[in-house]
Amino acid sequence: MNNAKVSHSSFHEEHVLHELAHYLPAQAPLKDFIHHNTLHAFQHDKFFEGILAAKSAFGYKTLLSPKEYKKFYSEGKISDVKLLTSIQKHFPNENANDKLKEILTKDFQPDLTPRVGEVRRVWKDHYHFDVSALVHHIVFRITCNYLDQGIALWSFPSKENGLLNAARDLDKYATVSLFRSKRGREIFHDASMGLSDLLKLIVGDREELYSSYLFDLCFAHPGWSGMVATIEQLPSSLLDRKEISLRDFIHLELCFEIDAAFNQFGDNWKTLGAFTSEVKPYFERPMVTEVDLVQRVWQEAFEWTYYDTVLFGLQQRIKKPNEHSAQTFQAVFCIDDREGSIRRYIELLDSNCETLGMPGFFGVEFYFQPQGGKFHEKVCPAPVTPKHLIREEDASRKSNKEVQFNKNSHHNITGWALSIVYGFWSAVKLMSNIFRPGISPATSLSFRHMEKESTLTVEHTHEHDGDLQVGFTIEEMANRVEGSLRSIGLVKNFAPIVYFIGHGSSSVNNPHYAAYDCGACSGRAGSANARVFATMANNPKVRMVLRERGIDIPSYTQFIGGLRDTTRDQTVFYDGGILNEENKALHQKNKWTFRHASDLNAKERSRRFETVNTSLTPWQIHKRVMRRSVSIFEPRPELNHATNALCIVGTRQLTKHLFLDRRSFLNSYDATIDPEGKYLFGILKAAAPVCGGINLEYYFSRTDNYKLGAGTKLPHNVMGLIGVANGVDGDLRPGLPSQMIEVHDPVRLLLVVEQLPNVILKTIQTDASTYEWFKNEWVHLVSVHPETAEIQVFQNEEFIPYIPSTTALPKASSMERLVETHTENIPVHLLTHAHEN
Amino acid sequence: MLMKTELEFYMQFFLWLPLVSYILSLIPKKSHEKTISWGTFTSVLLHLAFALVFLIIWGIDGFQNLSHREWVLYQTEGYMFYIDFFFDRTTATFLILGSFLTSLVTVYSRYYLHRESGYKRFFNTLLLFFFGYNLVIFSGNLETLFTGWEVLGISSFLLIAFYRDRYLPVKNALKVFSIYRLGDIGIILAMWLSHHMFHENTAFIDWSSEHLQHLLHEHEGTAIILSVFLVIAAAAKSAQLPFSSWLPRAMEGPTPSSAIFYGSLSVHMGAFILLRTYDIWGHLLSIKILIILLGLATCFVATGIARVQTSVKSQIAYSSVAQIGIIFCEIALGWNTLALIHIAGNAFLRSYQLLTSPSVVTYLMKDMFYNFNPKKNNIEGRVSKKLEYTFYVLGTREFTINMFLYSYLWNPMKWVGRRIPLKSKSLLAITTLLFIAGVILLVGTNLSESANHLISMILGIIGLISVFAAFTERENTLRSWLLVCSNHFWVALAVTFNEHYSWEHNIIYLSGVVVSMAIGYFLLNGIKKKEGKLDLNNFYGLGYDYSKRAFAFLFCALAVSGFPITPTFIGEDLIFSHIHEDQIVLSLIVSISLIIDGLALVRIYARTFMGPHYKKNHEVADRAS
Repeated sequence: MNNAKVSHSSFHEEHVLHELAHYLPAQAPLKDFIHHNTLHAFQHDKFFEGILAAKSAFGYKTLLSPKEYKKFYSEGKISDVKLLTSIQKHFPNENANDKLKEILTKDFQPDLTPRVGEVRRVWKDHYHFDVSALVHHIVFRITCNYLDQGIALWSFPSKENGLLNAARDLDKYATVSLFRSKRGREIFHDASMGLSDLLKLIVGDREELYSSYLFDLCFAHPGWSGMVATIEQLPSSLLDRKEISLRDFIHLELCFEIDAAFNQFGDNWKTLGAFTSEVKPYFERPMVTEVDLVQRVWQEAFEWTYYDTVLFGLQQRIKKPNEHSAQTFQAVFCIDDREGSIRRYIELLDSNCETLGMPGFFGVEFYFQPQGGKFHEKVCPAPVTPKHLIREEDASRKSNKEVQFNKNSHHNITGWALSIVYGFWSAVKLMSNIFRPGISPATSLSFRHMEKESTLTVEHTHEHDGDLQVGFTIEEMANRVEGSLRSIGLVKNFAPIVYFIGHGSSSVNNPHYAAYDCGACSGRAGSANARVFATMANNPKVRMVLRERGIDIPSYTQFIGGLRDTTRDQTVFYDGGILNEENKALHQKNKWTFRHASDLNAKERSRRFETVNTSLTPWQIHKRVMRRSVSIFEPRPELNHATNALCIVGTRQLTKHLFLDRRSFLNSYDATIDPEGKYLFGILKAAAPVCGGINLEYYFSRTDNYKLGAGTKLPHNVMGLIGVANGVDGDLRPGLPSQMIEVHDPVRLLLVVEQLPNVILKTIQTDASTYEWFKNEWVHLVSVHPETAEIQVFQNEEFIPYIPSTTALPKASSMERLVETHTENIPVHLLTHAHEN
Repeated sequence: MLMKTELEFYMQFFLWLPLVSYILSLIPKKSHEKTISWGTFTSVLLHLAFALVFLIIWGIDGFQNLSHREWVLYQTEGYMFYIDFFFDRTTATFLILGSFLTSLVTVYSRYYLHRESGYKRFFNTLLLFFFGYNLVIFSGNLETLFTGWEVLGISSFLLIAFYRDRYLPVKNALKVFSIYRLGDIGIILAMWLSHHMFHENTAFIDWSSEHLQHLLHEHEGTAIILSVFLVIAAAAKSAQLPFSSWLPRAMEGPTPSSAIFYGSLSVHMGAFILLRTYDIWGHLLSIKILIILLGLATCFVATGIARVQTSVKSQIAYSSVAQIGIIFCEIALGWNTLALIHIAGNAFLRSYQLLTSPSVVTYLMKDMFYNFNPKKNNIEGRVSKKLEYTFYVLGTREFTINMFLYSYLWNPMKWVGRRIPLKSKSLLAITTLLFIAGVILLVGTNLSESANHLISMILGIIGLISVFAAFTERENTLRSWLLVCSNHFWVALAVTFNEHYSWEHNIIYLSGVVVSMAIGYFLLNGIKKKEGKLDLNNFYGLGYDYSKRAFAFLFCALAVSGFPITPTFIGEDLIFSHIHEDQIVLSLIVSISLIIDGLALVRIYARTFMGPHYKKNHEVADRAS
């Protein structure tokens, strides 16, 4: 009895709301797509413990099924060696060979029954009352109407602040009510009611069930609950700002539930608590079953079979004495996994150049305001809050209209005229869109982010915009240029031209367009950043400061910013006019290299596109790839980060000889100029959450595309410009659509650092949140010795030597042949041309 | 003249082409995407080319109406069931519209659906739909039209429930199917009345003849009732009031299928019916006023709803409904050419809007970024706050249309069903005994006509009660199945009491039912044994485990519901011809029981085989997703 009393006062509203917001999906509205670990709420646990807890509480499928692993096994993606190692680790008391046989033959069935929903199901089980069917659609509708960013012709009429106030105002003055029962309406308007009062009406006196009931309620539609919680925390994620809170949202839904119950049963119903037995906390540590262990064995073997070949490959590097030996140009790309292949082809076509990688905002963080834009766009990693603003000026932006989006077509009279007149024109446009796709105002085009012929306000001239400083001072510029150059190890041997190439993407009919752009620029194209960096580095005053700090950029070296479109495989260079005569000639030659490398890159990408014939010539394929990017019927303009698995922080020598099949983030880093790990800290602090976030979002969207992904995008319907849902009454679908993840192999990120283990350890331990990624194994960490190439793996908070079991890698003499003959993930290959050079 | 007979002969190819390609499309393996999509595209493109040539020749020949009696499926004294084709300007417009849009959508879907697990299923259903569509627009009599109508209904159900492993698509598919089924009552009753009014099975081309026009004027009351039935059918199919809420909820399939079917082709079928039956109601002022009022009301209400929609697809759906409301008015006013232009324009516009609907984010976000004005002035802002808020709430609640259907149609039905004491175990024995008693009574005695009519009414009601019970059954799937099937026996017995006729008719009617009933029982029973239980409390998604049985069962259910694959289909119409013109109650009872029969069958199928799989050994979608 005493115990029961203690648990009675167990409902702490603030705490439960905080917990809910923590566990709900944290995906922002569509315009800012920022990849993150879908199960970030479980990151304080070790990876396997965390995903088991998530599975048990919410029924998420966090590992592939044994059946799926068996398929990989039969395809050779999982080796016997790694399986046996893994079995010995997790079934130490059993004969490994027998266990292997059992794992391969027995039909292990996972159980994905969720805990969440135990209280709220009483409606259905006891009353045969489908409360969700009566409540969800109206709650979604009111919330979406309130948050709408511009789809409806008629925006939410009440301008009261907060969802609940606005809805009350609306209902109060309207002759028709949103509610069906008088009681429900009264309760809704009773301002003295709090969440616990409403819960008392539904659940009864058993306060210990309240928190579970709220979890049941929110996780019956995680999409909308999560969206509300996210907007509450990030109001700036909406252009047309709305005040909303998870508490209001829950309050509204509880009122509708009460209303539905009164409408159905009158006063003749008892609270749910009367029919609920004891409910244990949803996050109680679950029992580990044999099936869980078997899946874990499979997953680890799957990961290490691949990692092993990579690590062996890295050890086959060719050490050359003079590292920065570029004679023609240096090109710095984003670390993005999509840039690895273009770098390979550029190096193939011009063996005297050098390519490097760093996060695509190039260390210059600011808000960008395109000319005529009414808002500022953040162009740096999500956690950074910039203090600077860069404005675009002298741009000639044309705004073209598309009649099919004309809102008058939804009005009866103008709609009549439009459907008669424009109807036939739209038949023509539909035909041309299907048979001759082209760029239209509805296309999301990376090159539109910043106009090529514009100017940017890079240098600060005492102008401010609110809290933001317009432009950077010389000192600020020098700091940023120095920091970026040092972190990638480019401090001497500058080539005549150094390119900084940001990236963006283009697509049409794609609500997830922002997910395809540069993650380091908060889901936008990196053109402004590349151009700003180049302008800074060309500034003579900046160079003077740099020279004082030991970085001597010769006067003949010029920096050029550019933007590469990863969908269309096109590159645009900015401010080419500043080049001197000699460099102009060189630039012409380099442009040729970029163009041809792009053709080859398009060819490599096309092996994944079933509708493009990979055996055509690179240029023919390139044309087809560009056409795809503007085709309204193409759900896969590009495959984005699919198949990502590696992040390699080190010199290019470590990877130049390898074919890593666009699976690797590549961050340049030179341990020799950073013995203390000062710059390494900056790199890892960004790489763990950014690359790890991308990797895990793909991982979980792939393992459970129904609950953690957005499902197939084909039936998606855009809701209020903030999210997508299936059909018109469905919940929002966070996560990635199946078209983005279907070729992805769910393995955790292997982060390889070319630095001494003790330096790495010291570095990562300085920041607890960074350390958590590695400590809890949500990302694997490996050290490669800069001199000896000895490998050590980070396990249980220490580095342990590792000797790859791979003894040889296949060799590829021609990348073109290699990509023509494979459609699946290509295993790691040694590139023989790299060895010859 | 020679040209005309040849054209009339060639009409049938517009049906053979999609039908044959549909059957052929079932052959390739699921993974052979190219074969499937190229096959479909070739057939649709051929159809389009053929249509263009046909239209040119038809135009040269002077745009004459064509009519061709194709096949007599069944003939007996005073009754004939035949497939008949008709071609006029309306058919021509719908033909071009359908062929053109279907071929574009086929090309679109070839890429769009790439790697989708239902790739083959999609193109199969697309062709089935296209066949049904052509059957309707080429139909030369109500019977042919009804055949096509049934094909449209079931293919729509399959397309909406394309994502059959999620809850909402299946639920909404059922909802749309029920409303279609309601429209079916309209057509069945219209067929029945027209048969009695004209004393023969008539073709559309005859309706304008002096003789039939004379009959129509003579029996104005019957003509009005007949027209009302047609208007109900048209309103249901074109999402007019009070049925409008089904259209946005049909947008559950892949975007191209929503675009072509619910954005353009399917939803204009109601307008087609009105155009096609203009000769029946064109002279009735009351019906014209009814249609105009209906159209105007829908236009007003749907526009109000469209204005507050915050999802792209529902906005387009309601805008389209509003335009169709205007189209209804145009047709009632006799402005047929304008109506046809409007239909085509609306169909093209809405398809295009739907197909490019995902782009709305890029387009409007950009628009907002450069032109945002936080204080928008709505027209509504100028009226009183009370009025403004009231209309906003009404729009948000879709003018409670959805609720209206629930409260006044489905809920009373369930209420009745739940109160029927037919849940006992000995049910089967009791009903069998009752039935045998009925047969003995029929054979062994010779009652007066009025007594016979009374008994037939009672039997009809027993049949109706059985389907109600089947429709609301929750605990036992097999019982529900047997109850549905038994309805047909009651109907047969009832009508036999009503008018003694050849047993052959009943054999035709019941042949399909008996065979399918047995197979269906066998299939369900097998699953019940394997699973240990089988009830209708939830959607169980058993199609995941039993995909072949699911398909076979669907086939049986369709056969029992009178889908044109067994003689039962003709039998239904035949049975109806034995209900007299003045027996509106009996005909209502029988038609309602047939309609609910269909609903109960699809319900069994959906609850057993569709929806999220109940076993949680693999990833399953959230119910709300």
